[in-house]
Amino acid sequence: MSRNIDRDLSRFKDIVRGRVRRQLRKYITHGEMIGRKGREYVSIPVPNIDIPHFQHGQKGSGGVGQGDGDVGQPIGRGQDDGDGQGQAGDQPGGGHIREVEVTLDELAEMLGQELELPRIEPKGKNNIKSKKDRYTSIRTTGPNSLRHLKRTYKKALRRLIASDDYNPDRPVIVPTRDDQLYRSWKTIEEPETNAAVIYVMDVSGSMTDDQKEIVRIEAFWIDTWLQNQYDGIETRYVIHDAVAREVDEDTFYHTRESGGTRISSAYKVVRQLINQNFNPTEWNIYVFQFSDGDNWGEDNRACLEILTEDIIPHCNLFCYGQVESPYGSGEFIRELQEIREDYDNVVLSEIESKEAIYDSIKEFLGKGM
Amino acid sequence: MPVSTHRPLPKDIAAIQCEMEGHAHDYGLDYFDTIFEYVDYEELSMIAAYGGFPTRYPHWRFGAQFDELMKGYTYGLQKIYEMVINTDPCYAYLLSCNSITDQKLVIAHVYGHCDFFKNNAWFAPTNRKMLDQMANHASRIKRYIDRFGYETVEQFVDACLSLEDLIDSHLPHVAKKKKKKEKSTRTDDNEELTESKRKFPSKGYMDPYINPPDVLQAEADEERKALEEKEKSRSFPDTPQRDVLLFLLEHAPLKSWQHDVLSIIRDEAYYFLPQGQTKIMNEGWASYWHSKIMTSHGLTDAEVIEYADHHSGTMATSRNRLNPYKLGIELFKDIERRWDRGQFGPEYDACDDLVEKDKWDRQLGKGREKIFEVRRVHNDVTFIDNFLTPEFCIEQNFFQYRYNEDTNYYEIADREFHAIKRQLLDNLTNHGRPFIHVLDGNYRNRGELYLYHRYQGTELKQDYAQDTLMNLERLWSRPVHIETVIDDEPMIISFDGEEHEVNPKT
Repeated sequence: MSRNIDRDLSRFKDIVRGRVRRQLRKYITHGEMIGRKGREYVSIPVPNIDIPHFQHGQKGSGGVGQGDGDVGQPIGRGQDDGDGQGQAGDQPGGGHIREVEVTLDELAEMLGQELELPRIEPKGKNNIKSKKDRYTSIRTTGPNSLRHLKRTYKKALRRLIASDDYNPDRPVIVPTRDDQLYRSWKTIEEPETNAAVIYVMDVSGSMTDDQKEIVRIEAFWIDTWLQNQYDGIETRYVIHDAVAREVDEDTFYHTRESGGTRISSAYKVVRQLINQNFNPTEWNIYVFQFSDGDNWGEDNRACLEILTEDIIPHCNLFCYGQVESPYGSGEFIRELQEIREDYDNVVLSEIESKEAIYDSIKEFLGKGM
Repeated sequence: MPVSTHRPLPKDIAAIQCEMEGHAHDYGLDYFDTIFEYVDYEELSMIAAYGGFPTRYPHWRFGAQFDELMKGYTYGLQKIYEMVINTDPCYAYLLSCNSITDQKLVIAHVYGHCDFFKNNAWFAPTNRKMLDQMANHASRIKRYIDRFGYETVEQFVDACLSLEDLIDSHLPHVAKKKKKKEKSTRTDDNEELTESKRKFPSKGYMDPYINPPDVLQAEADEERKALEEKEKSRSFPDTPQRDVLLFLLEHAPLKSWQHDVLSIIRDEAYYFLPQGQTKIMNEGWASYWHSKIMTSHGLTDAEVIEYADHHSGTMATSRNRLNPYKLGIELFKDIERRWDRGQFGPEYDACDDLVEKDKWDRQLGKGREKIFEVRRVHNDVTFIDNFLTPEFCIEQNFFQYRYNEDTNYYEIADREFHAIKRQLLDNLTNHGRPFIHVLDGNYRNRGELYLYHRYQGTELKQDYAQDTLMNLERLWSRPVHIETVIDDEPMIISFDGEEHEVNPKT
């Protein structure tokens, strides 16, 4: 039985989600929103929603309590100004925060709606397809192990009633050969889309913790969106300073190395990854590179060479995000701007601060490729 | 969702109910028939979320409440033991996972509440068939949802709920008197008098000629027009009106469904009003009786510890929150003791000798009678006003606390009797909510609504006030204003449909 409370509860949850969606920009910019990240859920703190009344504020408020204590002794903290939520002013106590659990899928949907991201079109028509058998149909022939008892019974009953042989006092149904119905399968072809995402980050001495934080947040949102768009997704991480190597997720987010920068080293690793693991005819490949753009001058030529010959032609999308560094010259993006004209699938974005993450995500994913 | 689960009470619980009802009856408690329902925690939370009425109209806040209750229970933070509603017959919901001792306690407690509902004067005007009424409200609101859409109705309900506490707590009791008065004073000869003023004296058969009816009619029309004109330019109401909702019902430009929704919200607000007005007394009274019945009759040896544990848990005091159960039961006990010993009246008050006062005992034995009288006529405010004594405050270790703006802390301010009593009464009067009146429905002669907050030392919470004004504007559909005090200066907060303004009052 559906209960009234389920209706009201789900309505309430809708409202809360709506609120999350409206404030998504704030949440995206401030990484701390992702309170707890489980396998499928993230929990998001949302200020409790309540109905405003004319009510007393803190100033001049008070009450009566019971217990020991001298005059002047504090008994509870007031609320901080500006939090604007909480109980009536005559009761000391903290504000009310409600944690809302949202699945990553929902989060991606919200992201998509808010940023007006297009659905991603997997490249090429000749996607590999997998075949699956689904037992969804009915046939009049088949093995006894697949006999559909209920349907068979119904058919027999219908026949008996129609032929006026049915006796309600002795409701015996004997199905004949024609009544027998069997479950049967249909073979369904499902397109299988595979995506590989390669994140490349510059961890040279000029990348500060703040900049890595930006990269971390942006990567999380990109990942959330792509996960939502593809069934099976492979994620690889590459870090580099003067030399590059493939690392696991944890290392990617936490390492801090120092030294010079040679971006071409990273490209070589990416090229190798693609060649060995991700055959471009089978995979949708995404490369996201984050750097402060401070490359070793004479390395730029080598970079462009690898990019244009071995990486960009194989990728759905090559994204370069340049975070602003207090040290670097940030010139690499200019090199890339020269080749951008020639390729559709190259996106460049400059991320000056956390606030710019939102727009940067839109730039990266707004093409729907 | 049906009101009743139609599940019979388990036999042992039914036996306890019989026993407790017997004790309650013997003590002279007078209650409606009480129907107990045996529910699990989820059902109880659901019922509690609906304020005891499972048949209420759809609204998200019930879902929010339910979510909170369920989470609180799951994380072990809180638990409701029972729920009882003020109807005839009385419905009480028992939590099935409670132990037998708890069930006894709760059933005894419920009979206390039922007696209070039936006999307390403040509950007298409430509708005892509220279950039907609520279901009726729900079906009306559902009909509007079907016609106008969920969101439209929901947004309007939200706006109404934001104003639901702007009602006059005395109106249910005044209204009856007023009606009677109107009947007695406004007799027909009053109207005849004005009629005869316009008429020349004449014999009956000549009357149509001497006083031609069409001329009379024209005169009367003109007069009415002039009156109406005057009415239009004048500000109204004549006297400040506390029932803002009624004022809106009468004067706001509402569509008929909106009018109906607002009147539903107002009806329900008035129904729940006495529960807020008598929280301390009601809980105190019920606790008094569960403790009396349990300790005199109900308990077996094995149950004493568990009972004591739960009873003291309910009575726990805290420094920053007053426990209504504790204050209520102790004050009832204090009254009973004082009237048993005759510790009241001018003679007792005049006595200066504290030792003698303490020993004072006239063997009156009127305590029981007195507390029954108290539960009949008082509400929380008059209860505290009449019966709180300095001795009681010392015994209960009460203190007054205030918010200190400099430290952002609530601090103990005073342990003196008058300060405590004043603070208590302040907090209880009008539920501790601000007093808001309608001063003018035609402010600046532009049909704007002007409210007045009677400042009594505590300022309004400004962000909430602004949000509430937005909701008020939605109903009034012209700019709205509220006069209040901010930083000791009289100020007017306004909302014109687009933005808020805060201006000093000129």
